[in-house]
Amino acid sequence: MFQAFLIKYGEIGVKGKNRHLFEDALMQQIKYALKPVEGEFKISKEQGRVYVEALSEFDYEEAVESLKRVFGIVGICPAVLLEDQGFDKLCQDVISYLDACYPDKHKTFKVHARRARKDYPMESMEINARLGEKILDAFPDMKVDVHEPEILLNIEIRQKINLYSQVIPGPGGMPVGTSGKGTLLLSGGIDSPVAGYMIAKRGVKIDAVYFHAPPYTSERAKQKVVDLARLVARYSGPICLKVVNFTDIQLYIYEKCPHEELTIIMRRYMMKIAEHFAKETKSMGLITGESIGQVASQTMQSLAATNEVCTMPVYRPLIGFDKQEIIDVSERIGTYETSILPYEDCCTIFVAKHPVTKPNLNIIRRSEQKLSEKIQDMVKTAIETAETIVVEASQEEV
Amino acid sequence: MEIYFDNSATTKCSQGVMELMQKAFLADYGNPSSLHQKGMEAEHYIRKARGRIAKTLKVQEKELIFTSGGTEADNLAVLGAAMANRRSGMHLITTRIEHPAVAAPMHFLEEQGFEVTWLDVDRQGRISLEQLKESVRSDTILVSVMYVNNEIGTLEPVEEAARIVKEKHPGALFHTDAVQAYGKYQIYPGRMGIDLMTVSGHKIHGPKGVGFLYKKEKTKLAPIVFGGGHQGGMRSGTENVPGIAGLGQAAMEAYEDFSQKQEHLMMLRNHFLQGLEGVTWAHVNGSLNQEEAVCHIVSVSFDNVRSEVLLHALEERGIYVSAGSACSSNKPAVSETLKSIGLGQEHLKSTLRFSFSVYNTLEEVEICIRALKELVPVLARYTRH
Repeated sequence: MFQAFLIKYGEIGVKGKNRHLFEDALMQQIKYALKPVEGEFKISKEQGRVYVEALSEFDYEEAVESLKRVFGIVGICPAVLLEDQGFDKLCQDVISYLDACYPDKHKTFKVHARRARKDYPMESMEINARLGEKILDAFPDMKVDVHEPEILLNIEIRQKINLYSQVIPGPGGMPVGTSGKGTLLLSGGIDSPVAGYMIAKRGVKIDAVYFHAPPYTSERAKQKVVDLARLVARYSGPICLKVVNFTDIQLYIYEKCPHEELTIIMRRYMMKIAEHFAKETKSMGLITGESIGQVASQTMQSLAATNEVCTMPVYRPLIGFDKQEIIDVSERIGTYETSILPYEDCCTIFVAKHPVTKPNLNIIRRSEQKLSEKIQDMVKTAIETAETIVVEASQEEV
Repeated sequence: MEIYFDNSATTKCSQGVMELMQKAFLADYGNPSSLHQKGMEAEHYIRKARGRIAKTLKVQEKELIFTSGGTEADNLAVLGAAMANRRSGMHLITTRIEHPAVAAPMHFLEEQGFEVTWLDVDRQGRISLEQLKESVRSDTILVSVMYVNNEIGTLEPVEEAARIVKEKHPGALFHTDAVQAYGKYQIYPGRMGIDLMTVSGHKIHGPKGVGFLYKKEKTKLAPIVFGGGHQGGMRSGTENVPGIAGLGQAAMEAYEDFSQKQEHLMMLRNHFLQGLEGVTWAHVNGSLNQEEAVCHIVSVSFDNVRSEVLLHALEERGIYVSAGSACSSNKPAVSETLKSIGLGQEHLKSTLRFSFSVYNTLEEVEICIRALKELVPVLARYTRH
């Protein structure tokens, strides 16, 4: 029944002269999101509105689900488009629309007409009144409430007449691509995909780095990370994922440094390598899923110790979240089930029984001195041999 | 280079199996229940497979029920026997080292009010016939003892077990999960007192998704899949014609040149065991005695090396093996079998299973041994403390 969606966007409406940039980015993201959906769509903007019009038969549920993942959208209004064939015909169409959309007629309503096309023979107020009357005649159970109607029936007279009354909430945020790019340290856990999602929500395009430690971590662990990236890409658009072989560095640290410092030193090298890729791909910051105090490596002291090696800003969108809050988001965005698959990632495999929780930077630096012989070359090799995977939201069969 | 030593998880399909199945898929694709010629042709494949399998077991063709594989056949045996015989008693006996396809329906029956006796095993993984004898009661309706354990390769004294059960209580049914044994031993269930026996296709170079339950004539069994009444009502559902044809072919091939194949596998196993003596920190689980262990499975624990890590390290060299049992769908659960043979905590997570097939060669065994000699000491250095 619906042939179009009227897209409401909040925040981006107030961006002054940059507004068209935001709208264009939004349209592009909508286009990307609708690519795998059955059907053909035309996306256009007109007088401060973005319209998605179906040019063919389409899968309504799928289209709505996809639009609900486009950041920048505050509301999705499924609309019926009517040819202007006179007011009587309009009344008939409105009545059958209401009949189809609202099986239970015990509702209050308000007609809200607007004329973008001023040559329409009636004024808005007159349309409201006369259409209201017709509706009351057709459905005696319905009542008018102009202050808090349950059904706000919007009638917009444009080239065609747009009819809509439902608003499906969108994810909010800003269209991806309007706020630069960040590089996400993606593990196989629950937190990092959520962190990526949160930053993408603010309009940031995302690249990702994953540290792989074969044979200590399996091919399945890597596949899991690719799967997670794919789930995040449904929101953020395609993600360029670097897979870094970290085994040699890890073993070298393990051999040379005290075991309780292993995780901290390892993470420092991960940050360094991630920053290298971030610079190379013109990212403006690193993104991690850290949250204060969650594990030994995420105490204030540990965060300071890992942060110290970075020159770029490190964004930690989950910093104040409790684990359960993170889990709630991951369930909502659909990454949780994949995150909890039981493959070890390289962070857990060498964990000491009692890792340091309050690392002293001087001691850490002194331990790192013991690596000076080979570590530069190892980092270089890790960077050079990293595999690049472009992860798209929908998996194409090859 | 690819060295596949995970033949207890699954095997490569044989060329003959594949060719026959392709014919059944593309040319003779009829529904065996159809009345027309196409149906007849399809039915012919099933008849032929029945004949071929029956011959290997020296049983009647009508005593075979085709299923979707070993798991379904085990479920049918356990649940079907319990449902059909519950008026004679509510007691079942099985072992602590059964495959989950037997153990899980047993647990389900426990929840439904049945009583299950779980037989212990010794260090080698063998049940005690004494304990079995003591456990059989007048209300025992089913005893299920696996033929060969899938994780450590131990051969259970099935024939003696069946005899003891029948002596003490002739009414009790005897089932054996022979998934790892069929094709490796000459098994004649009719003469051994076996009433029900499970076999799977993909462990014997046949296709996945097909297996059968041998059901001795007149054995009381209730179906667990209901529908159009195929296979005498015991297993409804249009028969998997290509799968069944492939299974029949694989069964036939498995018993062609049987003794040569046995010798070859035994030779591989013996060489592997010998080679392991030179691998630091390797301990073989189960029995070393040829009479008590199947010819194609070797379970080894390595001190200080996590099985998953060694598995992936071998994988990097193109050698494919299993950690514990591969059938637990990627869950790193601790194996019941390894616990039951009294393996210490340190070995539960450091055990690999090597399983051979006739396609493997002596050279492959030697390459694998060399790899173990190199990898184990290196990996043991980087263990979690």
